[in-house]
Amino acid sequence: MQIITTVPYLRHERQVQRDSSDYPHIWTLLDEIADPEIPVLSIWDIGILTNVVMKASKVLVTITPTYSGCPAMDTIKEDIITHLQSNGYLDVEVNVSLSPAWTTENMTKAGQDKLREYGIAPPIDAPSGCIKQFTPTEGVKCPHCASTNTLVISEFGSTACKALFKCQDCQEPFDFFKSL
Amino acid sequence: MNISNKDNSQADLIEYATRLGDDSLILGHRISEWASNGPFLEEDIALGNVALDYIGRARMYYTYAAELTGEGKTEDDFAYLRNERDFSNYLLNELPKGDFAFTIVRQLFIDVFNSLFLPQLQTSANEHLAAIASKAVKETRYHLRRSKDWSIRLGDGTEESHQRMQKALADLWGYVHEMFEPDELEKRLIAQGIAVDTANLKEQWLAEITETLNTATLEVPEAEWAVRGGRAGHHTEHLGHLLCVMQSVHIRYPGAKW
Repeated sequence: MQIITTVPYLRHERQVQRDSSDYPHIWTLLDEIADPEIPVLSIWDIGILTNVVMKASKVLVTITPTYSGCPAMDTIKEDIITHLQSNGYLDVEVNVSLSPAWTTENMTKAGQDKLREYGIAPPIDAPSGCIKQFTPTEGVKCPHCASTNTLVISEFGSTACKALFKCQDCQEPFDFFKSL
Repeated sequence: MNISNKDNSQADLIEYATRLGDDSLILGHRISEWASNGPFLEEDIALGNVALDYIGRARMYYTYAAELTGEGKTEDDFAYLRNERDFSNYLLNELPKGDFAFTIVRQLFIDVFNSLFLPQLQTSANEHLAAIASKAVKETRYHLRRSKDWSIRLGDGTEESHQRMQKALADLWGYVHEMFEPDELEKRLIAQGIAVDTANLKEQWLAEITETLNTATLEVPEAEWAVRGGRAGHHTEHLGHLLCVMQSVHIRYPGAKW
């Protein structure tokens, strides 16, 4: 039987990697590590965590950066090591892999919902058709009042991964997590 | 002395990765000088974001060059412990930030260049460079869209902004040529399918720049002058000053970490 996935391929592949892993407890432990810039998202949700394997007693964790200059990567690395060590895994190595390059599609559905609740419009709240390329100039759903009467202010927001929008209805400014 | 071909080609690769790192770091540093000097808050933040992307690229290229070099070298050795003559960035990248028009014209030139260069580097026979390019190319699409928008807005803006853009074009035009002139080292790597043959990119670069400038009601400069030397380590007087600032903490406190 051929399985046709309804989620983006890279996200599906990552999920399969996790589901078929021999170390589900380590993946679960790593769910407790959040992105330092967006603390509601775990590194799994955002799609930074790509693989976990063990070699003898050594844990090898692979992560991938969202943007080249993402200043959170060093903190995330340290958080992984400290967290695993305090849970008894003394020998931990974190590798940063660039390929395949991170895309917004790596982000889980749960992650997108958490972003919205946190006040950041997730990529899926862009008007359809704009998901893949670029930030739309209007029509992103406001995370505060759900209006789509919104306008982009700047494509470069408070961090590299966000653009700045304003809602014409509730007048609130908000961040939109850019498609990449 | 008997140096095998393999060692030679390894040395070429280290130098090539270092050059690409130098281009990114020096430009990233120049853009970062806009922090708190941007024309308004959103633009200040945008410039900071673009600077970070470039510094991130520099880290990836340098880290790779350091891995190939071995001897316990790290990215910091490349960024902080080399002198002017060791840097091989294009001269265009090191020029002082100038006014906002100058910065935007330089970004336009380099963003169009990168939008052609990076897709080629993605097909490099060297997988590591190809992976860095795949990461960077997506960011460059955003950078380019912004520098085109600004070029049109300023060129087709007020009389003052138009004049400043035209002046920036005139001041920068002679610095673009060396981007399209691979030297012997790059030619050796091009033959191995590793480096990008930038000579092939010039025609399309000029076409895209011309199109944007036309929309922006700006003239493509006709002046025939060219300054060269970045790849050979022959720099303008500005690079030394930049390095003085950028390397000062590391030189004063060797090995400092924060």
